[in-house]
Amino acid sequence: MGALLGRLGEAAASLLGVCTLVFLLIHLVPGDPVAAMLGEGARAVDQAELRAALGLDRPLWTQYLDYLGGLARLDLGVSLHSGRAVTALLAERAGPTLELAVAALALAVVVALPLGVLAALHQGGWIDRVAMGFSMLGAAIPNFWLGPLLILVCSLWLGWTPVSGRDGPLSLLLPALTLGTGLAAVLARMVRSSLLEVLGEDYVRTARAKGAGPARVLWRHALRNAWLPVLTLLGLQFGALLGGAVITETVFAWPGLGSLVVESIQARDYPLVQGAVLVIALAYLVVNTLTDLLYLALDPRIRSR
Amino acid sequence: MSAPLLEVEGLSTTIGAARVVDGVRLELARGETFALLGESGCGKSMTALSLMRLLPPAGRIEAGAVRLDGVDLLRLSEAEMRRVRGARLAMIFQEPQTSLNPVMRIGAQIAEAVRLHAGAAAAVDARVLELLRAVGIPDPERRAREYPHQLSGGMKQRVMIAMALAGDPELLIADEPTTALDVTIQAQVLGLLKTLQQQSGLAVLLITHDLGVVAETAERLAVMYAGEIVETATTAAFFAAPAHPYSRMLLESLPTADKRGARLAAIPGRVPPLDRAFTGCRFVERCPRALARCVEQLPPWHEAGAGHWVRCHLWDADLVDTATVAEPAVAEGEQVPVGEDAAPLLEVADLKVHFPIHRGVLRRVVGQVRAVDGVSLRLRPGRTLALVGESGCGKTTAGKALLQLIAPTAGSIRYQGHELAGLSHRRMRRFRKDLQIIFQDPHASMNPRMLVGDVIGEGLQALGLARTRPERLRRAAELLELVGMPGAAVERYPHEFSGGQRQRICIARALAVDPRVIVCDEPTSALDVSVQAQILNLLKDLQARLGLSYLFITHDLSVVAYLAHEVAVMYLGRVVEQGRVEEVLERPRHPYTRALLSAVPVADPRAERRTLRLEGDMPSPSAPPPGCHFHPRCPEARPECALAYPEGRAVSATHRVHCILVEAEG
Amino acid sequence: MRLAVVVLLIWIGAALCAPWLVEAPNRVELKTLLAGPMPGAPLGTDALGRPVHERLLIGARVSLLVGFGVVAFAAALGTLLGLAAGLLGGWVDRLVVRMIDLFLAFPGILLAIALAGLLGPGVDNLVIALGMVGWVGYARLARAQALTLAEREHVLAARALGCGTWRILWRHLLPLALAPLLVEATFGIAAAIVAEAGLSFLGLGIQPPDASWGSMLRDGVSYLLVAPHLVIAPGVALFAVTLAVNLLGDWLRDRLDVRARSQGVM
Repeated sequence: MGALLGRLGEAAASLLGVCTLVFLLIHLVPGDPVAAMLGEGARAVDQAELRAALGLDRPLWTQYLDYLGGLARLDLGVSLHSGRAVTALLAERAGPTLELAVAALALAVVVALPLGVLAALHQGGWIDRVAMGFSMLGAAIPNFWLGPLLILVCSLWLGWTPVSGRDGPLSLLLPALTLGTGLAAVLARMVRSSLLEVLGEDYVRTARAKGAGPARVLWRHALRNAWLPVLTLLGLQFGALLGGAVITETVFAWPGLGSLVVESIQARDYPLVQGAVLVIALAYLVVNTLTDLLYLALDPRIRSR
Repeated sequence: MSAPLLEVEGLSTTIGAARVVDGVRLELARGETFALLGESGCGKSMTALSLMRLLPPAGRIEAGAVRLDGVDLLRLSEAEMRRVRGARLAMIFQEPQTSLNPVMRIGAQIAEAVRLHAGAAAAVDARVLELLRAVGIPDPERRAREYPHQLSGGMKQRVMIAMALAGDPELLIADEPTTALDVTIQAQVLGLLKTLQQQSGLAVLLITHDLGVVAETAERLAVMYAGEIVETATTAAFFAAPAHPYSRMLLESLPTADKRGARLAAIPGRVPPLDRAFTGCRFVERCPRALARCVEQLPPWHEAGAGHWVRCHLWDADLVDTATVAEPAVAEGEQVPVGEDAAPLLEVADLKVHFPIHRGVLRRVVGQVRAVDGVSLRLRPGRTLALVGESGCGKTTAGKALLQLIAPTAGSIRYQGHELAGLSHRRMRRFRKDLQIIFQDPHASMNPRMLVGDVIGEGLQALGLARTRPERLRRAAELLELVGMPGAAVERYPHEFSGGQRQRICIARALAVDPRVIVCDEPTSALDVSVQAQILNLLKDLQARLGLSYLFITHDLSVVAYLAHEVAVMYLGRVVEQGRVEEVLERPRHPYTRALLSAVPVADPRAERRTLRLEGDMPSPSAPPPGCHFHPRCPEARPECALAYPEGRAVSATHRVHCILVEAEG
Repeated sequence: MRLAVVVLLIWIGAALCAPWLVEAPNRVELKTLLAGPMPGAPLGTDALGRPVHERLLIGARVSLLVGFGVVAFAAALGTLLGLAAGLLGGWVDRLVVRMIDLFLAFPGILLAIALAGLLGPGVDNLVIALGMVGWVGYARLARAQALTLAEREHVLAARALGCGTWRILWRHLLPLALAPLLVEATFGIAAAIVAEAGLSFLGLGIQPPDASWGSMLRDGVSYLLVAPHLVIAPGVALFAVTLAVNLLGDWLRDRLDVRARSQGVM
């Protein structure tokens, strides 16, 4: 119970931290947004006018409080480019990103878990070598290369899938594959090493000394313990997944938050950049908090601390 | 004699290229306790794992037969073997801390063992509680729902035993079952094993390195050396007259009170590597009485008495005379009464070390771990003061606080009248030369990236005692000779040496700055008994030659009896009794000291056993009991004991006890 | 492993010698747009008729610069902060831990994208953006190393022998803490190269007309069907170098017997 409250307290602190960091990012990074927006030839009068309109002439401290107040009311301001509420734009784009992330995660887990377990059980055998070879390649292939390659082969040459855009379940396949490969590679490696370590533990020997068979030893004793570090990694890797989504969405013109980030940066649409970055960071925070809570439920040692 | 329960014949096991078990032959009768005795690396654990067929992946059983009730276990299929494991043949391990699955409840782990061999689902829960009760776990209903980390080490080993009993085995293999436990807890667990054995007629194969444990629990034993059994006998016959030179030296290397003032027998050299074939006796290189034929011929078995067999050429009929005559001479060292009345060199008064416990996001201090809670000591020149206690009593923390390696919370530490407590690093430096420390783990206490010469010379350099490296290396070589090692070792790395040799290097490092006081923090606990003897001899020699004072921190009362002049017994952060070693060990007055002494197994089966067994575990130093810290476990506790911590009472001029039951003298 | 070393040597050699090997990587040649292999351009030309192999060499230079630059910056900053936190404790430790937690609460590559976008294009800004994200891993690792090593008995023994703080740091802590940091740094180079290419791919890194493997990929994607070599060539180069660096990291980890590794966030 104490551990649960402690974890939620930490999450709250991180929440404030993330919000502050995003604010500082936008307001402190060198470069004048007003000058950037109006272009080089703008008159000083126009710049001052825009600055006042955006509230950028007031002290940083007041701006920060306004920003926090806005957050509390779920008001992230208005897009400079389209004039629409940032929250509305984010809401439109959140669905596709969630869809993509979940598909990629599912794909990675479905491939990596059996692969890692098989590799650990046949350590040094051909399955192990193939699995680790795949993992090595998968971890090194950048998704902005894998994506175009997949498009080239599956869409352009074979014509199986649409080239880009979000149009039906088939259009999800290539982006999910692109985004999930790296995660699958890292995950398979982690599952293998974690399981190998657990299989060498004394309590696994105890289970065998009881007369338990290999299946029981694996399922009831080894995997239940090996899963724990993998879970933590999965939470952390979700961040890489969200970051990767920015690139993958751009490659496939997938209308999600990631491509929104890139579009808004290119358009110098500061309120929109701020909103999009904030939402992605919050999603990561939520996932990590949930993973930790799950860990808490699965590992009695942490729970009682 | 009826047919034996277990018959092992010609068992040979390899791990990679090393033949770690070589032609082992054993017989165990029903209900018998048989000890397999040996030092680390002798192959005793691998023998046990071979019997269970639970070898590590690189291990392979090359040859032999393991017959349980006439059935050869090595010929069973793996599926058949699974029905034997945990049912007829069960095993418990050395490390109860890591041998239980951390994410499964205790009850579920025992229930699993019950289900695997009994089947009848309805009675499982009742059976689990019955087993927990049988191994003496209080409140079994609650404990069954707990996880391993909520239990103490002793409790965990009880749970392991409960699990092993689940299938009603005929034979229990106990691999160093109490090595990881404190001595009072060891006494509980050994007592439990004995009770269970009497109730159920269980046979026990006890794997251990501890001669005392063997003497107290086993009926027969076998001694293993370098993968081979070299002697087998009844316990009584063995301890009365060990036949193999190795066995004798092992017994003679044990420190005891009788050997005070004498040197311990130390076995020179080290165990030969096992990846080659032997043409002669495996012990020949270390044997003081080796003959030419010991090098050339494998020694056959000779009978040294009824049921007493030994694998040694010295027992060949025409040589028996010389074999039995010579008891290796034990040199009488003279006891120099140094410093008995001299002014104390180091005087510690009311030393306290508390560690704050932080909780929550704001890291608030929610409590204190009172690791050391009011300790007073006096160390005189040329003397050894032993600080004894079980793990977690605060003895190591006290030793480090003495040298300002941990900042004391309160109290005073005076060295030759200078106050050390609270000195800054810089102001402490002038005292560093005089006060040194040796640690328990000779592996972790040297920087693996530094040459031995630089390790030893570090103090000379840091304190500016020898400015140039050649000078330091020359001094290091001299110091190595002083601790009995070749001076050429200065140009090698620490990992090239064995545990005993490394401890010598650590001693040389401490000696380099020519100190007057050395804090020895369990310096022999990580070593085998024959190596321990070498180190104890060395420490004793150095004290005689250099007039050193030792603060000797240990949990081992036999070492105290052998080495120390004075002793202070610690329990939960406080000293409960202190005095001259013969006063405290021969006429202990505090109930804890008495319990501790009676729990130490004695390597002499004829020794009269006082049975004073402590219940329960030591409480946490973050929440010590009110009043006398020991009263919740004290067999003689009275209601008053919970009221206030008893003042020290002087029983003699040198002997003080913190217990209200003790009447102060005059 | 041998192959990996060959790849790495080619990469480093190409990057260092690029100025002498290329003639005109940025010269537009409208007569030979999107051409396949031909004399003077063994890997073909891009949409502006520029020779792909020369642009690859320039890209190697960028990746080497960014890879080592980012790791040097991040490792120095992170190690310093981590060691300081672990050894000094108290408020320094609490502050550094808070900062680490804060940066870890952010998906690393997203932070780098936002930073690079806001700082504007250029190699220097790229290094700053990636370094600001990368230091966290080293800081965590260095702090953990400092905490465990400071407890080790040889450090206590050194203190008992009167060694000063700097001496202990220099002789007992750094040499032992270095191995895991070195392994981390090796993987860090691969991560930085991929991140640089990724940012350039998004148009936030190296700007035209300069070449980077990422921006070459970005340009090539538009001509995927007609000129796949524009995507394949820089991709193969990037993939091979990343793979080789990772293999080197694995080899180092096994050689140095390093078990601890911070969970990379990039």
